[in-house]
Amino acid sequence: MIIVEQKPVDEIQRMIAPYERVLILGCGTCVTVCNAGGEREVSFLHDALLLAEVESKEISHTFVEHTVKRQCDEEFLDLIAEEANDVDAILSLACGIGAQSIAERFPEMVVLPGVNTSFMGMAKQWGVWDERCTACGDCRLDDTAGICPITRCTKGILNGPCAGTKNGKCEVSPEMDCAWILIYQRLERLGQLDKMRRYYPPRNFRPIPRPRRIMASPSIVAVGGSHG
Amino acid sequence: MAKSLFEEKLNSGKFLITTEVGPPKGVDIEELKHHIDLLKEKVDAINVTDHQSSVMRYPSLGGCLLVKEQGGEPILQMTCRDRNRMALQADLMFAHSRGVNNVLALTGDSIDVGDHPNVKPVFDVESAQLLRLIRTLESGKDAAGNDLKGSPEFCIGASVHPSADFIEPQLIKFEKKVAAGAQFFQTQGIFELASFRRFMQYASQFNVKILAGIIVMASAGMARYMNKSVPGIIVPQEVIDELATAEKGKGLQKGIEIAVRLIRGIKEENLCDGVHIMAVGNEGIVPEIIEAALMEHAQT
Ligand code: SF4
Repeated sequence: MIIVEQKPVDEIQRMIAPYERVLILGCGTCVTVCNAGGEREVSFLHDALLLAEVESKEISHTFVEHTVKRQCDEEFLDLIAEEANDVDAILSLACGIGAQSIAERFPEMVVLPGVNTSFMGMAKQWGVWDERCTACGDCRLDDTAGICPITRCTKGILNGPCAGTKNGKCEVSPEMDCAWILIYQRLERLGQLDKMRRYYPPRNFRPIPRPRRIMASPSIVAVGGSHG
Repeated sequence: MAKSLFEEKLNSGKFLITTEVGPPKGVDIEELKHHIDLLKEKVDAINVTDHQSSVMRYPSLGGCLLVKEQGGEPILQMTCRDRNRMALQADLMFAHSRGVNNVLALTGDSIDVGDHPNVKPVFDVESAQLLRLIRTLESGKDAAGNDLKGSPEFCIGASVHPSADFIEPQLIKFEKKVAAGAQFFQTQGIFELASFRRFMQYASQFNVKILAGIIVMASAGMARYMNKSVPGIIVPQEVIDELATAEKGKGLQKGIEIAVRLIRGIKEENLCDGVHIMAVGNEGIVPEIIEAALMEHAQT
């Protein structure tokens, strides 16, 4: 899923300062799961902003809250069209994709990001999320025993570890596993060390030139698009 | 014909000594020039480091040109941290055009360990790929397969970590570098001969020259610091203890003693093809180490 982190309240306060009526808009998907932009966090943030205003003795905003199922799908944004009419800005707690779909769906509306979109990853334990994919567009997990060196090695290198690894950890931090040691160990367990002995040529860093777009093949479009 | 003076020496069968100089942060190159002058006659080649430890400095290529100008034999350390394939190829062509024909291809330390932790790390390629890229240029093509008007030639080397605590994956990488065309290896710092002997038993099957990396320690504190903060370096406790026995202010003397002993041991046992002395900031003492190592050897 997409992992986001809520921005500090004072940064959010600075962003909303010019706008009187603000819709705090949550998203029901990834950001709900990573406890940063779902219904609960929308309500917490609402409280925090109100409290900050009370403390500063300067009540200058009115807030409304709403959480849609997915901000990155226009059909869900249609549901807030009316509310959007009554506010000066939408503070989105969705990832950057959600915030941008709002901007595309409501051309006249100011959109403010309430979170920083951090990475694609998973929950490792309660309250800890780890990055797992960089969306490089050229997946090679088959060669690396299901462990991504592009994401999990800080240098993203392909032909084995650098000489910086120590105690199985990465040179940048004694807390971070060296991806290539993990890959070696797992390939060994799978009896596939020949995959590590192979030479991998330099990556194609632009399998799809940026900004990236993928067009579904005609047969998929005929079956009903991606909303099915 | 040999591609460089250093390649000629590599093939001469003599015990080789290389060392390295680190360019300054800033444009005052007097000390660098002084070190080059001091070292150029004493060693077979001088490496110039490339933003060592990811600390921004005067460029490696600039340092190599100074070595050339002063009559020494430079080895261009080239990391993949700061340049993509376009920039690496351009620098290689430039180096060749100015007579800098020895390259040590390195992946490079991560950005995080240096003094510019917020800049964009490149790593478009890594060491094994860079070695192949150099061989590609030599074949008259660029990385995209286009023809070159005039192709460069290089004597190329790489690094290897003989005493890594998890050695197998390092050896796989080593073999990839050999296959990619590395002619010589300057190893990561070694601090005892047992693991190096084991490494050489394995490495001697390959047709490459190995120069053992000797880091000259200046104190027990420095050794502890390196263990904690320098990528890959593992100074054994015995060496730290030995350094700690030195009187205050005499740490470097002890470090020199250890370095001399290592070089002597390597030479006596004929373990490898030479040594690469890294004095990290104390370049001035390298001639003394060489002299002591070779003299004591002559006496035995
Ligand atoms: S130590 Fe391992 S994870 Fe870290 S940069 Fe080197 S190879 Fe990558």
